[in-house]
Amino acid sequence: MSFKNKLHEIKEQLKGKKLAPAFNALHTFLYTPNETTHSGGHVRVADDLKRTMNTVITALIPVLLFGMFNAGYQHYSAIDAANGTPRTLDILGNFLTFDNFWMGALTILPLVVVSYGVGLAVEFVFAVIKGHEVEEGYLVTGMLVPLIVPVDTPLWMLAVAVVFGVVIGKEVFGGTGMNILNPALTIRAFLFFAYPTWMSGDKVWVHQAVERAGTVDAISGETILGYLAQGRGSEYSYSISDMFFGFIPGSVGETSTFLILLGGLFLVFTKIASWRIMLSAILGALTMGLIFNGVVDAGWITESSKFYGLMSFAFWQHLIVGGLAFGIVYMATDPVTGSQTNKGKWYYGFFIGFISVLIRVFNPAYPEGVFLAILLMNVFAPTIDHYVVQGNIKKRLKRAKNSALKTLNVETV
Amino acid sequence: MGILSKKDAALILDPLADNNPITIQVLGICSALAITAELEASIVMAVSVLFVMGMGNVVISLMRNIIPSKIRIIVQLVVVATLVIVVDQVLKAFAYELSKTLSVFVGLIITNCIIMGRFEAFALANGPKRSFLDGIGNAAGYGFILVVIGFFRELLGSGTLLGIKVLGDPIEKTGLYAIGYENNGFMLLSPMALIVVGIIIWVQRSRNPALIEEN
Repeated sequence: MSFKNKLHEIKEQLKGKKLAPAFNALHTFLYTPNETTHSGGHVRVADDLKRTMNTVITALIPVLLFGMFNAGYQHYSAIDAANGTPRTLDILGNFLTFDNFWMGALTILPLVVVSYGVGLAVEFVFAVIKGHEVEEGYLVTGMLVPLIVPVDTPLWMLAVAVVFGVVIGKEVFGGTGMNILNPALTIRAFLFFAYPTWMSGDKVWVHQAVERAGTVDAISGETILGYLAQGRGSEYSYSISDMFFGFIPGSVGETSTFLILLGGLFLVFTKIASWRIMLSAILGALTMGLIFNGVVDAGWITESSKFYGLMSFAFWQHLIVGGLAFGIVYMATDPVTGSQTNKGKWYYGFFIGFISVLIRVFNPAYPEGVFLAILLMNVFAPTIDHYVVQGNIKKRLKRAKNSALKTLNVETV
Repeated sequence: MGILSKKDAALILDPLADNNPITIQVLGICSALAITAELEASIVMAVSVLFVMGMGNVVISLMRNIIPSKIRIIVQLVVVATLVIVVDQVLKAFAYELSKTLSVFVGLIITNCIIMGRFEAFALANGPKRSFLDGIGNAAGYGFILVVIGFFRELLGSGTLLGIKVLGDPIEKTGLYAIGYENNGFMLLSPMALIVVGIIIWVQRSRNPALIEEN
């Protein structure tokens, strides 16, 4: 008997038992269940929730691999800088090296393992308690979480945050598909407010910087937004191409705008993510950036202002630093928590970009505002949809009324 | 219960669990969010409300037949305000530091929905003994939840209980902090108090089938 048939048999034996959902989750992950019809007049698509999730994960893999190289690169280049011999980037010479990859893999893989392990354990427990099938919702969240936290986030903190995010962010609302807030961003928000010293500053973005602080081997790496927020914009030496290709400090997966862009195109091409949300979010960020640049150009604000650094930052560069690109492509486009109507998606995306840049500039306590902006718009998404739908209903009622009048007129004539 | 009849005992016991003012009626949430970052403040708040509600219910109940119904809200406010001022002055005299922590929230007991709610719903229609028991019961139900929230928020947020460092010293890295534990700053923010209240409601409802609502 083949392994596949054996699994089908075990499934029959477990039917109705407590363990059934747990087994079925593993079973359907490996094979298509044998209940699906094989003949008859049904329209079948290859797309199911698992396939959708896996497409997103595929789009995340390049970002994850790049994050591993970059984690190692930032670590070694910070050591070089501390020793007084700053590195110049050489892609094949000192970036794509095994040392970098190994260092990155050793720090990032545990994050991935903890994220998936804890998150799926919570999902399994809830599935068994509620007696329904395990939902696939965590597959993408589990991959997003390690990519949006600093490399050295302590594993136990991540575990606590994942439990909080999955239970409070998702399960209490009824599980996958019912959540109001994006679970991955809920996890990040929890980490940010619970353990702020591990989520911002100039130490957390470089591996080992925290443990070495205060010793002779001390190293550090401030993010570009961090420099700007402190009015030290002239001190960093990253070029535009460094920012675009991602050779800068930051959360694990957020740095490479180039790879995120490729992932985004892949998601748009496979019709998994909404191009409307991505495009309108970019427009929103550019608009807000232009407004701030305009304020600086008009001379309404001087260099002595604490907002000057970020306000004078070229509007389009907002897109290639920090987590804005990552947030727009992978988080804002979440089909569950985003707007559902096409018109609503334009508003929803626009405000995400707009508010992200607004928070960046005006709130020095939150050098990065993307996760807050997306969570805020998650809350407003149903309201936006409501008004779009109501507007549509009104338009159609009016149209129906007009056409009724016309026929009436024709009859009277 | 020897002293109390079954009906009277229910006045005290019901608000503690099945008819809790915070978790079931969802009243008095504002102060539950504002002052529960420390256990000590929660306990003082609970005791203050216990005093104000017990006394207030008795006073209103005694006056219930002479209060003109048109101005009853104002009369109720005067009674609560008087009692709250007493509490406030006592705190300022004997626990000055604590009264600074509680700041306006002692004064805001006046606007605590539970107090006005019990005056309206119970004291205006019942005798002083039963009103007293009802006031004590509801205040105890409120205080119990406050203390539970205060316990978790102070323990997880500051690593202390009543100001005593039960988990070790975060600066000198002793106790739990020696192995990398850190305080959860989110616990000190008001939204987390709301989430803790939510979790208590969740646990209570899932354990008590009578409270599960039909869809």
